[in-house]
Amino acid sequence: MTTVVPEVAHEGEAGRFRSMVDLYVTTARTAVSQQFQYRTANYFYMLGMIAEPVIYLVVWTTIADQQGGSVNGLSAGYFAAYYIVWTLVRNMNIVFGAPFWEHRIREGELNRDLLRPVLPLHYDIAYFAGWKVVVIVLWIPLAIALSFLFDPSLSPNVQQVVAFGIAIWGAYLIRTMFQEALGMLCFWTTRGAAIFDLWMTLELLLSGRLVPLPLMPDWVQEISRFLPFQWAFYFPIETLVGDYSNVELVRGLLVQLLWILIGLAIFRVAWRYAIRRYSAVGG
Amino acid sequence: MNAVRVSWLFFKLGVLNELQYRVNFFVSLLQAAIALVTGLVVLALVYSHTQELNGWSQSELLCVLGIQILMGGVIRTSIQPNMTRLIEDVHDGKLDYALTKPEDAQMLVSVREVRIWQIVDVFSGLVVLAVGLSRISTSVGPEDAAAFVVALLLGAVLIYCFWLFIATVAFWVVNMWHAVELFDGVFQTGRWPVGIYPPWLRVGVTFLVPIAFAVTVPAEALTSRLDWQTLLLAFVFAVVLFAATRWFWRFGLRRYSGASA
Repeated sequence: MTTVVPEVAHEGEAGRFRSMVDLYVTTARTAVSQQFQYRTANYFYMLGMIAEPVIYLVVWTTIADQQGGSVNGLSAGYFAAYYIVWTLVRNMNIVFGAPFWEHRIREGELNRDLLRPVLPLHYDIAYFAGWKVVVIVLWIPLAIALSFLFDPSLSPNVQQVVAFGIAIWGAYLIRTMFQEALGMLCFWTTRGAAIFDLWMTLELLLSGRLVPLPLMPDWVQEISRFLPFQWAFYFPIETLVGDYSNVELVRGLLVQLLWILIGLAIFRVAWRYAIRRYSAVGG
Repeated sequence: MNAVRVSWLFFKLGVLNELQYRVNFFVSLLQAAIALVTGLVVLALVYSHTQELNGWSQSELLCVLGIQILMGGVIRTSIQPNMTRLIEDVHDGKLDYALTKPEDAQMLVSVREVRIWQIVDVFSGLVVLAVGLSRISTSVGPEDAAAFVVALLLGAVLIYCFWLFIATVAFWVVNMWHAVELFDGVFQTGRWPVGIYPPWLRVGVTFLVPIAFAVTVPAEALTSRLDWQTLLLAFVFAVVLFAATRWFWRFGLRRYSGASA
């Protein structure tokens, strides 16, 4: 095995890439057809999620109306657009979450996953990506209904639409990486839930999920600039709703890429130590 | 009288059962703390941009938040666990165990479960309410306090009826798993006085899902906003809904055929 001909090695590399693409496509397709079967359940889930942005929207619209049309320069129409796009970005933020790792380890599912020749991470990314396709299709009628009810002001240019199309997947990958990395805690403790809850609270406050970040105090905005959260939430919404210049759009997408790589690096390091600690139970 | 004795017995049993799992207390405590902090942050944010929201001051909304947390605690301690168990039992065909007992079936399925640690929310809600009240300038008279207690009880009854109605639907639609998430989402509307919502939503969270009666009306009682007509309406609505739900429950029960448990 030490005398591998370079050409063969090269072909092997290409073949590896091809089969990886194949794995992604097949897994994503399976997810699409599986989740489409559960479209009613998916819809109920999405409907339950609508309450949260509608409440925020109503509260801020009320304040805007009381103050003659805007809060901090943000108009009622802006809030409507923000929280309607919010619903899609929120759905893109649902990934293979850290708490699932506990389940995966406890139920011995990881034993099966470890026998496969690729990291479980690849399956998670591909499967949830396929699910997202179903979610996006189901989201469209919801967005139309909400637009009729709340009258958003939305006029993006072509570059913004394109950037949005990329940024929602950037958001998906950022959250995936950090949730998977956080999930590695489950190899050390069975009480990760407390940490996950705290993490979720930080996300809620610093990502733009609660309010558009400009409404936060300055020091909070300053802190959140150096954290990944807003790049998975506020930024993708703003690409469509805000008035970013082309340069700002590209820069934002690059920052997203940076956070994806940072998250991936943390995951890889944590995974290496975690997997050494793992000893199978059942399965 | 027998019903009360049976309920009390189930309650004691449930509490003893839950007391085995002490760590759950700390889990509840942490979750209550998180919910509280988030609620307070939102209030602080809103009132950093305005003086009043639809005529409600920050201290008054603190009372609303307290009542919503308190009511949420009542729901999660007793109403919701019983109703999700009912949905599960219908799904698994295990409801036979409740139906074959020589007591009223509706009463039995409503008292079987207690999640006593969730009572943390009741206390945290009471603390928030007390802080809110202490910061309101107008004093709460004895009539206000009495109206508050009555409104709160009526609200709990209405929420119970709503949940039983939803759980009864499980006799026809077996897949009701998302009912809890749907309810939790909608229940968050109770954080704010119902008057701020657009008309269609206001009607929805008043009569479709009686959250306005469970949270806003008690809060109105404490802030001297409540007129006796509203309280009377709450009472009539509670009686009508209770009767309607009981009828619907019996109607649904006739469809239940067990699943050879």
